[in-house]
Amino acid sequence: MKEALVLQSRVAAHPEARCWFLAWSPNGNLIASCGGDRAVRVWGRDGTEGGQLEACRAVLSDGHQRTVRRVAWSPCGSYLASASFDATTCIWKRCQDGFECVTTLEGHENEVKSVAWAPSGSLLATCSRDKSVWVWEVDEEEEYECVSVLNSHTQDVKHVVWHPNQELLASASYDDTVKLYHEEEDDWVCCATLEGHESTVWSIAFDGSGQRLASCSDDKTVRIWQCYKPGNEEGVTCSGNDPTWKCVCNLSGYHSRTIYDVSWCRLTGALATACGDDAIRVFEESTSSSSPQQQPTFSLTAHVARAHTQDVNCVAWNPKEPGLLASCSDDGEMAFWKYQQPELC
Amino acid sequence: MVGPGAAPLENANPLVYRRSGERPVTAREEDDELPDSIDDREIFDLIRSINDPEHPLTLEELNVVEQVRVKVNDAESTVVVEFTPTIPHCSMATLIGLSIKVKLIRSLPERFKMDVHITPGTHASEHAVNKQLADKERVAAALENSHLLEVVNQCLSARS
Repeated sequence: MKEALVLQSRVAAHPEARCWFLAWSPNGNLIASCGGDRAVRVWGRDGTEGGQLEACRAVLSDGHQRTVRRVAWSPCGSYLASASFDATTCIWKRCQDGFECVTTLEGHENEVKSVAWAPSGSLLATCSRDKSVWVWEVDEEEEYECVSVLNSHTQDVKHVVWHPNQELLASASYDDTVKLYHEEEDDWVCCATLEGHESTVWSIAFDGSGQRLASCSDDKTVRIWQCYKPGNEEGVTCSGNDPTWKCVCNLSGYHSRTIYDVSWCRLTGALATACGDDAIRVFEESTSSSSPQQQPTFSLTAHVARAHTQDVNCVAWNPKEPGLLASCSDDGEMAFWKYQQPELC
Repeated sequence: MVGPGAAPLENANPLVYRRSGERPVTAREEDDELPDSIDDREIFDLIRSINDPEHPLTLEELNVVEQVRVKVNDAESTVVVEFTPTIPHCSMATLIGLSIKVKLIRSLPERFKMDVHITPGTHASEHAVNKQLADKERVAAALENSHLLEVVNQCLSARS
């Protein structure tokens, strides 16, 4: 089983610090890393066919005064957003010889934990330890305006992600819940609260269809939530026109410490996790399940026990190359893995 | 997480405990040829002289830390430290836990996973304090706060 995930290369991405997060560019040719050294680095292939992503293309070190916690590419690939403990989010624009900081988004009271771009590219979400989620609108002049401040969470908000093709936003928090938001009569509202995790929810990921959401937590479980629209055949009750999200699978007993990140591959459906026990695990849905909609079952298809020498903070599937997985760790390194899908029984 | 202020002491007359003696060094430890694993006593020695934020006493003298509440597994690279606040409403609990955590982070090899939490049943906000100490993102952010770092460093500095 271990051979299902094969190491391709390791890079000392942030040698003096923790590497917190990685983000692939939409075309899968570049990867951005960020960390405790306050820098963002952009990496690309060294020009040869199938070359490793070891060439550092840009170092963005003058934007932030403190740790850069997460980075996100715009859907067009021309912009990179960086969320920092210095309470700001920087927007970087690709230019001829690298990246240029074009805007700094201010407003959060303290650490910004995450940033995400909506699929249209015209909306951006940020979240913070100040318990709020902000939705920003980008106009044609590249001006950013905050259009909503969402205060539904009662604690530190850890992560925000957008639905793959709708303007539906999800957030995960230290208050142990996941919340979903959409626009209603010109205002953003919380339309669902997903309860079940017993501790901090660190990260969330939609599947390719957007009908399911995976969440991972300090409670050492991964939960799969399914969307049920009003009038669904399964008879799941909905209030008004809002769909209901129900936990249909709980992956428990696989992780020995906090799970910091989850990535759901849009190409293959494989689900990868980053854990505080230094391991990377991959799960796949078993097709033999009798009622896959209502009760899907996932099985462990890869487990690399010492993927890094310290906590794994992030896992990210390449959006174009099936099975190419990137990970990063408290040890400052970034690693690339090739995942071979085993035959599922 | 706040530092000590000018407010009256929360626990004005704490019980003071006797300090343990110096650890005797064994012949095996002096032999450089033999592998020397990290044991409970070594971890205890790292944290017992941390200063209490409000009293001129160490955590050992206040019985906040005890050797029996330190569990190390060198082979699995894990350390678990339980600490006992002097009173159940101690507002310094998070700061004390953070100081213990920072001392261990600075002293031990990076492979170690450190869990620092309150001795069960000894603090009113046990769950909240434990959750905050276990959240490495919040610990990282706290340590970028220069004021808080200064307070932690005061707890960790050896008294003359």
